[in-house]
Amino acid sequence: MGDYWTTDTESIVLNSGIKVPYAWQAGETASRFLVQLRDEKKIWGKRCPKCQKVLVPARKSCGFCFVETSDWVAVANQGVVQTYTVVARDTPVQPVKAPFAYAVILLDGADTGFVHILQLEDPQKIKTGMRVQAVWAENRKGSILDISHFIPVEG
Amino acid sequence: MDKAAIVGVGQTKHAARRKEVSYGEMVYEAVIAALEDAGIGMDDIDNVITTSNDFWDGRTISCMATSDASGVPGKNTSCVEGDGTFGAFYGMTRVLSGSYDTTLVTAYSKGSEGVSPIISNAAFDPILSRELGLDMVSACALQARSYMDRYGITEEEIAQVSVKNHGNALHNPNAHMGLDLTVEDVMQSRQVASPLKLYDISPISDGACAIVIANEKRAKQISNQPVWLNGVSFCADAYSLGDRDLFECQALEKAARGAYKMAGIQDPTKEIDIAEIYDAFSYQELLWSEGLGFCEKGAGGKLVTSGATAKDGSLPINPSGGLMGAHPVIAAGLIRMVEAVYQLRGEAGETQVNKQVNTALVQGLNGVCGQSHCVWILGRD
Repeated sequence: MGDYWTTDTESIVLNSGIKVPYAWQAGETASRFLVQLRDEKKIWGKRCPKCQKVLVPARKSCGFCFVETSDWVAVANQGVVQTYTVVARDTPVQPVKAPFAYAVILLDGADTGFVHILQLEDPQKIKTGMRVQAVWAENRKGSILDISHFIPVEG
Repeated sequence: MDKAAIVGVGQTKHAARRKEVSYGEMVYEAVIAALEDAGIGMDDIDNVITTSNDFWDGRTISCMATSDASGVPGKNTSCVEGDGTFGAFYGMTRVLSGSYDTTLVTAYSKGSEGVSPIISNAAFDPILSRELGLDMVSACALQARSYMDRYGITEEEIAQVSVKNHGNALHNPNAHMGLDLTVEDVMQSRQVASPLKLYDISPISDGACAIVIANEKRAKQISNQPVWLNGVSFCADAYSLGDRDLFECQALEKAARGAYKMAGIQDPTKEIDIAEIYDAFSYQELLWSEGLGFCEKGAGGKLVTSGATAKDGSLPINPSGGLMGAHPVIAAGLIRMVEAVYQLRGEAGETQVNKQVNTALVQGLNGVCGQSHCVWILGRD
């Protein structure tokens, strides 16, 4: 331990910023989900024929029941905050500057939580149980960020 | 079933930055320590499990990159991507298979050399969630809030875990971060992602760990105080955070039940003498305590307040300082096993609890917000 050895030699550091391109295929189910976000501003889930849960975002199979999902179900662009965090520090991966919040939101008509960004002028006013609604991005690209963020429902 | 035991343990000094050694050289330190502890040589090891993560290392097939340091050439080796407790599980099954007598299990990482939010963000699904920018800290903050809201747990109660474990780490010579803190210090530390503050979050360390697991026959030949692997079970929950009830840990409950059944434990609060568990965040020690059945659901705050989990309490948790004291990702769970072995052998030095330790529990986890848990019951007999 320690830096005793650096008295007679230099500590060499090799820097890297590995960059590896990928082209992830969303597949049929997620493609339909993302196209609907982009073109129709609609959030879709799929119902599990066994547990009857509406799983959002839509997915091809139910991880709980291990069966293929059946019907497509449009859920609301509003819902209730199940849990949240107010982020106070910036990181290289966050798409917006701190402070902002992340929340798990139970959208009306859904049975699983939807994780997204929640913006409030005063983040300290965020509470579990608060009703929030989606704000759509102007330039939508077929991405989860086609929902820019959520804001509280007025009134 | 045949029995298996830990017959040798080794770990490095854990630190914010180990710049005098590369990954492999760091693993070598832990392996030499484990072999010395076992009183055997590399010729006595007949297979190796390395545990690592390519993103933390910044290279692919990272398990092979440390194979020389683990004495692999000429031996059968395989690897686990995840926490070291899962590597140990694989190592145990290999000696119980009848194909091997002794497995060397290693685990390591150098957190200082990567960028934690970028690496943990890459754990999220690239198609439906990664772009949101969540990382391990912000995701676990969602879990912490969910747990607090569900049961009325307070930030002050959670802060007591940080005070206790950072304090315990002061007495652990291998720890990276021992601190003499008060609840007020934790409460006033810098906000990171509410309700998590700086001192609610374990440091990211550089470090490595190694253990030697042997089947019963070899264990008795090698060691006069083998630590027996009396119970083990692991279980995973759903991948997406929105699919889980974050305020509880059903996977851990199931893993614990499996390990208790295998070890014949009826009442963990009476039969377990110490526990080393995965406190990557202070709230996790409370939530995992509930999942392990150390208290009722929602009573984690009362448990730490009661003093039961202090070093001199009835069920000391993380007398080593836990992950709050040192958190080399991947190695952290295996280090818990090593610390439990020290306690069982009465060799924990200043962190040794003031009672006979016959049975110890170790918990490791993998994935975001404890998606997967591995529970071990270790014993002197």
